[in-house]
Amino acid sequence: MYVAVKGGEAAILNSYRLLAQQRRGDPALPELSVEQISAQLRLAVDRVMTEGSVYDPQLAALAIKQSAGDLVEAIFLLRAYRATLPRLGYTQAIDTGRMALARRVSATFKDLPGGQLLGPTYDYTQRLLDFSLLATGSAPDAEASAASPEPVAGSVPSEAAPRVIDLLNHEGLVEDQPVPEGDPEPFDLTRQPLRFPADRSARLQNLARADEGFLLAMAYSTQRGYAESHPFVGEIRFGTVELCLVPEELGFEISLGDVAVTECQMVNQFKGSQSEPPQFTRGYGLAFGHSERKAMAMSLVDRALRAQDLGEAVTAPAQMPEFVMSHSDSLESSGFVQHLKLPHYVDFQSELELVRKMRAAMARQATHSAPDNEDGPHA
Amino acid sequence: MRDPHIHFAYLDERTKRMIRRAILKAVAIPGYQVPFGSREMPLPYGWGTGGIQVTASIIGTDDLLKVIDQGSDDTVNAVNIRRFFQRTTGVAVTTDTTAASIIQTRHRIPETPLHEGQILVYQVPVPEPMQHLEPLEVETRKLHALQEYGLMHVNLYEDLAHFGQIATTYDYPVLVNGRYIMAPSPIPKFDNPKMHMNPALQLFGAGREKRIYAVPPYTSVESLGFEDHPFSVQRWEQPCGMCGARDSFLDEVITDDHGGRLFVCSDSDYCAKTQAAAAQPDASP
Amino acid sequence: MSQSPLLRVRDLRCAYGAREVVRGISFDLWPGEVLAVVGESGSGKSTLLNAVAARHTPSGGTVEFAVRSGAESATTLQDIYAMTEAQRRLLARTDWGFVHQHAADGLRMNVSAGANVSERLMALGQRHYGRLREQAADWLQRVEIDPARMDDRPDTFSGGMRQRLQIARNLITAPRLVFMDEPTSGLDVSVQARLLDMLRMLTRQMQLAAIVVTHDLAVARLLAQRMVVMQGGHAVESGLTDQLLDDPQHPYTQLLVSSVLPP
Repeated sequence: MYVAVKGGEAAILNSYRLLAQQRRGDPALPELSVEQISAQLRLAVDRVMTEGSVYDPQLAALAIKQSAGDLVEAIFLLRAYRATLPRLGYTQAIDTGRMALARRVSATFKDLPGGQLLGPTYDYTQRLLDFSLLATGSAPDAEASAASPEPVAGSVPSEAAPRVIDLLNHEGLVEDQPVPEGDPEPFDLTRQPLRFPADRSARLQNLARADEGFLLAMAYSTQRGYAESHPFVGEIRFGTVELCLVPEELGFEISLGDVAVTECQMVNQFKGSQSEPPQFTRGYGLAFGHSERKAMAMSLVDRALRAQDLGEAVTAPAQMPEFVMSHSDSLESSGFVQHLKLPHYVDFQSELELVRKMRAAMARQATHSAPDNEDGPHA
Repeated sequence: MRDPHIHFAYLDERTKRMIRRAILKAVAIPGYQVPFGSREMPLPYGWGTGGIQVTASIIGTDDLLKVIDQGSDDTVNAVNIRRFFQRTTGVAVTTDTTAASIIQTRHRIPETPLHEGQILVYQVPVPEPMQHLEPLEVETRKLHALQEYGLMHVNLYEDLAHFGQIATTYDYPVLVNGRYIMAPSPIPKFDNPKMHMNPALQLFGAGREKRIYAVPPYTSVESLGFEDHPFSVQRWEQPCGMCGARDSFLDEVITDDHGGRLFVCSDSDYCAKTQAAAAQPDASP
Repeated sequence: MSQSPLLRVRDLRCAYGAREVVRGISFDLWPGEVLAVVGESGSGKSTLLNAVAARHTPSGGTVEFAVRSGAESATTLQDIYAMTEAQRRLLARTDWGFVHQHAADGLRMNVSAGANVSERLMALGQRHYGRLREQAADWLQRVEIDPARMDDRPDTFSGGMRQRLQIARNLITAPRLVFMDEPTSGLDVSVQARLLDMLRMLTRQMQLAAIVVTHDLAVARLLAQRMVVMQGGHAVESGLTDQLLDDPQHPYTQLLVSSVLPP
């Protein structure tokens, strides 16, 4: 005789145990430290901070350790942690024009004040597996100072490297970014639900937190004919900027420290007409740490989403704010896709019953070859 | 210099054979995009893998290779690709346009005219000239097959109607051998006339989109336009600030943040040669 | 005066899966003749039109068109479904026109009116921008659109204007046969009247042959010399429009005619 299954709670506890074992792996191997992850898997930490919306390399490294390297899971951990933190204040807007540059490149000019600073990048490596990295176990260098999670600032003072956008703007070649009427506060997605139409501050925040893979695909689609914008990288900057806060109690600015960010200014298809002089249009991307792919993808999608504002026909998914912004958050997408694993057998039972009924009706029709009476006898 | 652990030119021989067959087909049908089984290469898609696969399939130990990007031998991308071939083939390299047997290029045709026996390999990002008008490949394939190019001319007409001139300045579409419309890769339209009746073989490789096409030597290549708005090339007011040339494509270099500008030849080999010739006024150029 | 019809349809059948919607239709169409195909929705009239215009492959029967062959007015009847796709597409761009019920289906909404009208000419090899614009302006005037709107996109046009633009786009290559699927439905009554007048004038001026699908008998009366009435995939009655409308023989035709409100 069939007995209903019990023991859900015991099963869950057992699964925790198995998960902990899986995460730890072979106990004979040294355990990964959070410091190691923060220092040596730095680019994973940068992604988790960006999409997790928290600038804290140690917490991000912890999340990566806890999630056994599943970055979407780590992002989830960080977001959940952030959700309950008290909000102490808002910093001043960062000034990337005063960045201590570790890397700065422009595709629009061969050379420019401040020069092309390659910095640390995989761009010009050849993707051949380096088997020398299989060797491990080198002792930490006793004489080295504590590993700094911040990038090595370049030797180029920020005043010597003005932003390319500012250089183009000397001639009025690039559109200004107009301040919206009334200079409203930026929208905060973490406090209010997203509604459409969404203003640009909401869009940029949504894109900054967006899943990198999704954003990359959307950006790629704009390069393959699904809404072309003729993009050029005006400038990519990676380095550290100072965070400043004006606490209410003090009334003057104090420095909270530096954060590492990557900024991408994309210069796009010019607009104009027989009567209006043409200007290049822009797209913007910003991410924590060294995250160029994310910042670039964000800038391409930002530009695509401005289609309506710029009077362009909306023909492709990347130009549709509702499509892009509703599907960009990895917590939402991963959560809903994976929720299909939850039991759905009650809903499914209803489907089963209907399909069986319809099949039976067709079978009856085939044998009688006459219009069937739905209330007829069961087959 | 050559890494003995890597097969000559990196690709295995069967892959090279597959690519050569595609090249032969491309040469037999000028301007027609031949699909090929593009391999994952140690450089990312979008960074020249098509050009690299074409070069890797035709290069031999006797070749003399030149690699340029934006006209210069010295840009990081060109250096990277040249090092790749040195590492995987040990073949001799040069910056001399006239001496090279294979020239791989991104976004420029050298100013120095090419001669018979040379091969110019172009890196192509978007092989389909109509992709920005019609993204579906099923449809563009049909348009090419049926020679239905009305869409391309509609696009040019629209530019004239809205801007008073054709707004395409690079990757300017051309008609090859009177039959296929081709994307010449993002070379400035300034370079388009060089493709026409060129004594060298011109090969085009698109790794990410997986297409190869070709313009055989002495083939007609016409840039699209209208009779009363014919194709025209860019001109500069200034000569090159380093060698004085008035007939080459110039790069704009920003010298200060007060609007200071300098214009310099994009083709580094051509500029150097022009400067050398000017320094010896009695010697024949 | 040619001896053979422009279009010959014999025993045409169309089906969607097991459901037959066109059940053996036959007719001839002569140069300069306008034929109305009238019926309610579901009668199969649109499917018939699409099958004759090579847009829907029939399940039986033949469609033959008098393709130009050699000398000036010499033509040969050819089975359009025996042609290659290339030949059919060429016909569709030059000798045929197709006016859709919804103009957006027959126009490029994201390019200017001028580009829409001159596209066929460009496809045929015309390369003089100034002359293309002259011809486009000429045709815009003929369909009563202000040529000053030549550089505007159709999405800024009213429904009636879009429809007239669609007509100009089709007629600029002087096709011999035009297919029209409910060309005036969905437009205001006054706009309809103006459009019908224009169509009547153009078809007479250009000696166009046309097949017009409509559920509106007034459209048939105004445009067509001959008429076919369809019901459930069959042609229940056909003949001269005036005769059919004044003296319908088949019960279904009588029903249709009697249900039209008197003016």
